[in-house]
Amino acid sequence: MDDQIIKSIELKAPPARVWRALTDWREFGEWFHVKLEGPFAVGQVSRGHITHPGFEHVVWEALIEKMESERLFSYTWAQIEFHDKERYSPDYSQAPRTLVEFHLEKTASGTLLTVTESGFASVPAGWRERAQRGNEGGWAQQMKNIEGYLAERA
Amino acid sequence: MQRERKRRPVREPGRTPAQALVFAALGDETRLTLIARLARGQSESIAHLTRGSRLTRQAVTKHLRVLQRAGLVRSVRAGRESHFELDPRPLKEMEEYLSFVSREWDKSLERLKAFVEK
Repeated sequence: MDDQIIKSIELKAPPARVWRALTDWREFGEWFHVKLEGPFAVGQVSRGHITHPGFEHVVWEALIEKMESERLFSYTWAQIEFHDKERYSPDYSQAPRTLVEFHLEKTASGTLLTVTESGFASVPAGWRERAQRGNEGGWAQQMKNIEGYLAERA
Repeated sequence: MQRERKRRPVREPGRTPAQALVFAALGDETRLTLIARLARGQSESIAHLTRGSRLTRQAVTKHLRVLQRAGLVRSVRAGRESHFELDPRPLKEMEEYLSFVSREWDKSLERLKAFVEK
């Protein structure tokens, strides 16, 4: 069994547009639902509060690994043990990290984006269970977000 | 430094073994073969598991110990012999977690799609 997740999605937008949505900190924050403190830079830590209702106390923290224009954007990010407000801690110094890679490929109709997240082997079992539990409230909200987007586009 | 931290297996006493052990245990063809044999649901003796394989009894024992440390098999007494059986829980748990993270990505990418295509 693999310790990674691979997702591919066909986007009807040129690589330049997708690249901006991924690497411009404001644009990234908009679709990823995180309010970042500043621009992404290779080798630098990027931080910001999650903007999901109910999860505003959670800090997203990533270390930017690679930015190869219109080809590859990658970062490692801390896994969160508890999402609920009562037990949440923003100290990620001991947190296991996973590697996220966005690969862009130009296609006839736009861009093929492939996301890989790897390194789940380092996440202890107990954390995984708790992270899922803490996120249940978030799922319902996420579904609403998607419905909202779809309705807008219809 | 980050990378180092990433690779370090984390094991908390009294809890389910870290996923790292599970993945490490599964990263071997012989052990996967043993898992497949035990996946039929019956407990098997070392002698039985050795038969029909090209491995020595010692090698099979060694691989079973690795699987046992990862919580993937447990040993049970069967008369005077000790048998091994599969414990599917760590595998199921991992599968559930990966599908949870996977669903989260589906949602984020759907939002990204709406964002760049508008």
